[in-house]
Amino acid sequence: MSAKPEIHDDQVTVEIDGVAYRARKGEMIIRVADAAGVVIPRFCYHPKLPVAANCRMCLVEVERAPKPLPACATPVTDGMKVFTRSPRAIAAQKAVMEFLLINHPLDCPICDQGGECELQDLSLGFGSSVSRFAEKKRVVADHDLGPLIATDMTRCIHCTRCIRFLEVIAGQKELGGIGRGEHMRIDTYVERAIGSEMSGNVIDVCPVGALTSKPFRFTARAWELREYAAVAPHDSMGSHIALHTRGGRVMRVVPREEESINEVWISDRDRYSYQGLYAADRLTAPMVRRGDRLEPVEWDVALEAVADGLRRAVTEGGPDAIGVLVSPTATLEELYLLNRLVRGLGSSNIDHRLRQTDFRNQEQAPAFPSLGLPIEALERVDAALLVGSNVRHEQPIAAHRLRKAALAGAKVLFVNPLDFEFHFPVAERIVADPAGMVRAVAGIAKALGAGGAGDTPAARDFLKEIRPAPAERAIAQALREGERASVLLGALAAAHPDYSLLRALAMRIAAAAGATFGELPEAANSAGAWIAGAVPHRDAGAVPVLPAGRDARAMIESPPQALVLFNVEPEFDCHDAAAARRAAHASAFTVVMGSYGSEAAREYADVLLPVAAFAETSGTFVNAEGRWQGFRGAATPPGEARPGWKVLRVLGNLLGLPGFDYADSAQVCDELRAKAGGLTAEWRGEPGDIDIVESARVTGLFRIGEAPIYRTDPLVRRASALQKTELARDAVCRIAPKEAARLGLADAARVEVMQGEAHAVLPLVVDERVPEGCAWIPAATPGSAALGPSIGPVSLRVAP
Amino acid sequence: MTQSEQTATGGRAAALTPASRKAIDLWVAKYPREQRQSAVLSALTIAQEQNGGWLTTELMDAVADYLGMPRVSVYEVASFYSMLDTRPVGRHKVSICNNISCMLCGGDEIIRYVERKLGIRLGDTTPDGRITLKVEEECLAACAGAPMMTVDGHYHEHLTPEKVDAILDALE
Repeated sequence: MSAKPEIHDDQVTVEIDGVAYRARKGEMIIRVADAAGVVIPRFCYHPKLPVAANCRMCLVEVERAPKPLPACATPVTDGMKVFTRSPRAIAAQKAVMEFLLINHPLDCPICDQGGECELQDLSLGFGSSVSRFAEKKRVVADHDLGPLIATDMTRCIHCTRCIRFLEVIAGQKELGGIGRGEHMRIDTYVERAIGSEMSGNVIDVCPVGALTSKPFRFTARAWELREYAAVAPHDSMGSHIALHTRGGRVMRVVPREEESINEVWISDRDRYSYQGLYAADRLTAPMVRRGDRLEPVEWDVALEAVADGLRRAVTEGGPDAIGVLVSPTATLEELYLLNRLVRGLGSSNIDHRLRQTDFRNQEQAPAFPSLGLPIEALERVDAALLVGSNVRHEQPIAAHRLRKAALAGAKVLFVNPLDFEFHFPVAERIVADPAGMVRAVAGIAKALGAGGAGDTPAARDFLKEIRPAPAERAIAQALREGERASVLLGALAAAHPDYSLLRALAMRIAAAAGATFGELPEAANSAGAWIAGAVPHRDAGAVPVLPAGRDARAMIESPPQALVLFNVEPEFDCHDAAAARRAAHASAFTVVMGSYGSEAAREYADVLLPVAAFAETSGTFVNAEGRWQGFRGAATPPGEARPGWKVLRVLGNLLGLPGFDYADSAQVCDELRAKAGGLTAEWRGEPGDIDIVESARVTGLFRIGEAPIYRTDPLVRRASALQKTELARDAVCRIAPKEAARLGLADAARVEVMQGEAHAVLPLVVDERVPEGCAWIPAATPGSAALGPSIGPVSLRVAP
Repeated sequence: MTQSEQTATGGRAAALTPASRKAIDLWVAKYPREQRQSAVLSALTIAQEQNGGWLTTELMDAVADYLGMPRVSVYEVASFYSMLDTRPVGRHKVSICNNISCMLCGGDEIIRYVERKLGIRLGDTTPDGRITLKVEEECLAACAGAPMMTVDGHYHEHLTPEKVDAILDALE
């Protein structure tokens, strides 16, 4: 061994094709070769998956080894000499290729993988032009794996990447190697769809055309597509994606590698939502209401109508008579210009927190909601407490990181209103109704010493009566013991009637346990919306505004005379669907700026402005880490639809507002960056005082309604393949067995759900995952669109 | 209540009879606690016995849920081993070796003879439900007695058509 000081014990020198490399002891040859840029052919090896070494394509010659060795499963040793291109290595690789091709059909011309196929590529280098195999090839029957993944299992070469992906990464082994020898096939065995929310990644890992994208199938060839880098438009992770377009139309979405966010994976929501771009109800022309009818008009007519309507409202009712509700999936540029528009007219009525109902202590909130740590760091926590989060469906990528942490021994802990299923071990979970959640979080805080002499009087008073239960003590202890601990609030905490209280308590927990505090913001640009000033109490750059404007709930409860909805569908996107829809009707002048003109929108809109959707506009999203990620427009908006920032620019000019002469969206972004670029997610003052417990006041049944994974925003709600999956089922009402017995509903198949005046009839399912005192009725679904608060009082009776 | 009964709370584990569970528990006890799935082969054999010689999907699910492993992993095991059947079988299972030693000593002729005699092909069951001829039985490690077959797990060596007649005709 060399005695040079810089050499570590775990380093070895290995020679590949005559060149020496330093490598970590025990590292596989293929990793060392990949890092060095030496190409070794492979099918089953995947850097993110456990080694299977079953395709044998990566055979290489190793000095003194009696036969070629698989590079993916052979650890390097000091002084090892590897030959990847020696006659012996090449002969072995060619022999393997011949075997792999024996049963592989020669159907490349009709195979979707053609042109981007690992087998096709490698057979060019290692295959022979004529097959010696004259016998019958085997044929494998296809089974339906659901609406997302198309199968052609005859093409399968048994690399088992898909099996390993589902087992190890997606955490739910749904495919297996069924049968033996020549009869072995990759299958579910029982006919059923793959249910994982990350299932589409099996398409990417499949080296051949056995697993392909069902919606994309037979629609384009790989070489006809143009690739545009983009950022995923749904959850707040900001996963890197690539849009593949042909003729200005998005044909498919695939992941881009970004080790610090999504590694090489994306969720099915990010992969398949593009289908929503081509929904039948896309708005293609501006429309203005004339009498009972909406008539298509020219842009200038429509924009004049909007400007007139807004001006009239301001003249008649003052600046408070206008209000804007904007989707947290809007771009930073759209949010910022909307903010400038509203404030330019003297109002502060703008909000993006559509599913939120408790806005107390918003003044103390940080400049933007943030994870409190890098996404990457989630996989290195020792303990994490998630409050009100179905993280697996809200942010699949964050869940994947937490899964890695949990499998490495981290304690992942939950306080949830429903007993969600996770794909990782959960160390401790408390499932309770909303009031019980508050008590549980308070119990954990108390167990950690909150409410002591140093705390605020209100907190001392509130925590005085709290006696931590054993589970709460266990959670407190796990957090205290974790060297890297984190407390995170999810979407069901943000929608909780006592969100401010949960937050104040969670921050005390984090402070007492030495943990980071963070939130899992709901949407792709929730953080950006705060930064751009799409909140009533702060202007762009988190500059406080006094007095604050009306928040989303206030605007819905008493609608302004002129209401602008930017990519918002009130009946699906708001905390109280029924009230939001009522507000859209009640407002004297309702402007719908968005990509879609649903039936509902056509009823309440006075003007409809078609706005370019995701993928059709340039813009910026700020993810849960506070990372600004820009993207360009990749697809052509349909008909007359125009990018939102352009529409708002013209509107600003029509209204005579100064400084609306932007040349491009980058200029809008730069202006905002100058105001907000240095913002951090620090809290401003005390974590908030502890006051009224709204949820605890409610007696009787409480509705718990989350926005299901494929119902979160207008785009994904129109993604046709995703809507056919099991996860997109329409609303049902679920209650605990004991609750069903107590309410006399044990035998009821359907129930009438009532929330004030709002009511709906839904199928009833008795489900042990629901705590007593609660009814689980998802929001954002057709079945629940007529209902009231998604977390709020509810009553049930047998449907007539 | 045994350890394994406690963990077998949900799912379809109830499809296993108490006797089967007890037998499986003996096997579970032989492995480290966190490696219950090591008992899968024995558990499937026991479950198969419970059901008269073959495994239903429900029974495989029961084994999976009882041992706390993915169901598809159990299907993988059950479909891999030739002594486990996933389709209905006859009262007797006849496996005739078709590997090299038996083949050289006339195993193929024995297979053809049996197929003709019973009027079924390998993999099929006689219409009266008496005999299942198992498909592609590989080497059963009795090459010295080739050609050979097993009947319900019992070895019969140095087979001739006459000997086969005697063995098969004696089956109820």
